[in-house]
Amino acid sequence: MEDILTIGGREIKNRLFIGTGKFSSYETMKRSLEESDVDIVTVALRRVDIESKTENVLNYIPKKCILVPNTSGARDADEAVRIARLAKAAGCGNWVKVEIIRDNKYLLPDNLETVKATEVLAKEGFIVLPYMCPDLSMARRLVDVGASAVMPLGAPIGSNRGIKTKELVEILISEIKIPVIVDAGLGAPSSACECMEMGCAAVLVNTAIAVAEDPAAMAKAFADAVSAGRLAHLAGMPHSTVGAKPSSPLTGFLRDV
Amino acid sequence: MSFYETYSKYKNIPDICKSASAKDVEKTLSVRDLGIEHLAVLLSPAAGAYLEEMALRAHETTLRYFGRTIQLYTPLYISNYCENRCVYCGFSAKNKIVRKKLSLEEVESEARFISKTGLKHILVLTGESKIASPISYIKECVGVLKKYFSSISVEIYALNESEYRELVSAGVDGLTIYQETYNEEVYSTMHPAGPKRDYAFRLDAPDRGARSGMRNVNIGALLGLNDWRAEAFCLGLHAKYLQDNFPDVDIGASFPRLRPHAGAFTPACVVDDKSLVQIIMALRLFLPRLGISVSTRESPEFRDNLISLGVTRMSAGSSTYVGGHTTNIGTGDDKPQFEISDKRNVAEMMSVLERRGYQPVLKDWLNI
Repeated sequence: MEDILTIGGREIKNRLFIGTGKFSSYETMKRSLEESDVDIVTVALRRVDIESKTENVLNYIPKKCILVPNTSGARDADEAVRIARLAKAAGCGNWVKVEIIRDNKYLLPDNLETVKATEVLAKEGFIVLPYMCPDLSMARRLVDVGASAVMPLGAPIGSNRGIKTKELVEILISEIKIPVIVDAGLGAPSSACECMEMGCAAVLVNTAIAVAEDPAAMAKAFADAVSAGRLAHLAGMPHSTVGAKPSSPLTGFLRDV
Repeated sequence: MSFYETYSKYKNIPDICKSASAKDVEKTLSVRDLGIEHLAVLLSPAAGAYLEEMALRAHETTLRYFGRTIQLYTPLYISNYCENRCVYCGFSAKNKIVRKKLSLEEVESEARFISKTGLKHILVLTGESKIASPISYIKECVGVLKKYFSSISVEIYALNESEYRELVSAGVDGLTIYQETYNEEVYSTMHPAGPKRDYAFRLDAPDRGARSGMRNVNIGALLGLNDWRAEAFCLGLHAKYLQDNFPDVDIGASFPRLRPHAGAFTPACVVDDKSLVQIIMALRLFLPRLGISVSTRESPEFRDNLISLGVTRMSAGSSTYVGGHTTNIGTGDDKPQFEISDKRNVAEMMSVLERRGYQPVLKDWLNI
């Protein structure tokens, strides 16, 4: 049986999403996207120079990819909404990753403003993927206002610290009925694999791939890890056992009754 | 609390900058989140023996937060009328130079010329004269520049908050303002006349700019006016204060070194390459997300080597003459604010960055 993720009515085969910032060149970025065969690519609209023939990042994104502009630079819901509309007007489609950050030190998102922007944009017909701090109440609100997925952070952007928010993300996976996609902080393929084993629908990676010595090889490594993690999840991950399992069950005597 | 109170509290810390031991440096380099006392240690003579260790960490930290990218911009001088008599500056009112102010048509032809390079970030500069280059004039210029650039920063005389707000409404998103020196006595000697004499008003200008809605605020100390360890320490303190108080504003820092200019000022102390590298890396380690700019005051070779040590922004294709991008300059009494050392144009800078494995970023903002 083919394992397909569906978001906004589109079928997505590759559960690794890639962010396009921080690469040493657009050519390197392109090779990484091709090597990992990704379906979903995010790009900061602030970086897009539509008028430029050579410096337009969009020209380096494979045609088969779904382009998801993000609202990087937005400090509140109003700015995020304006950026999303500009992206649509510029021909970037109707997918948007809402990213609202009022904290430039840790780059942690503002969940409250994110809910507000998601509501406005979902009503306007956007496929909204909000970047958020993993919080169950806020995730439920995002579902209520029309988000197509939720994107909790694993650790602060660029920190390469792995899935530090594991407990909270597990709660989202258990309670939220739309795809949970871990975005940010994953520094190694093993962390991406762990997210997928936990039951995440997908992961988004940028820094760890972009700044690797060989970004294309690292992109492939992440894609393979994501695929392995997903397979393990589908295969039924055994729950972690606490302590040893005695060969004679402790409650074995009950069967004799 | 204004920065002056923070500054007053730490005034004496630079002594630690001098007394730190090798052991202090090693201990500091093993700490993940550095405090202000660690900055002092990294600026010490003892840390001068650990530049390679600092470089590795500065490089890795910058990669994680900024990636393999360097943002490019260029300055645009629109007026050199000035009422100040800053002893180190080519635009000083004392200097007999040709004074010029661009007409809006001239601003447009400069903008058209610069935008052909692909740059989308511009830094507008004036001398300090509210009569010759009032806010209304700067706003008109911004109105023209908006058609060509997606990010407009200003490096002009210190304003009050409502004046900064006016500029933000007109389309300015960045403020660059250097304290020049944090030492009040040296400041007073260096600024003998003109509105810039007011140390406190200038010191609080970045706060006012941040409160007015500027998206990025860039501060700096003019190296050569005073002991560099003390200046770099105060600059770090100031940047941290701004980051703490304005978390939604990008804070940046510059470390201009004095260069020869029309007034022939001899720097009070020389900051050699090794010291400048130490300053940049100490600031990077102390504030991982700090924007760090290096201008064309520095030589091409030195700038190229700084690329992987913590720098995030570089100017290119610069002219420090009023209207210097499109007019014949450098003839007769026409003088720049300071002489530039790296004369490479934008295309040349881009290929240098590409060869070194960095993506030149020409656009990283959009005017919403």
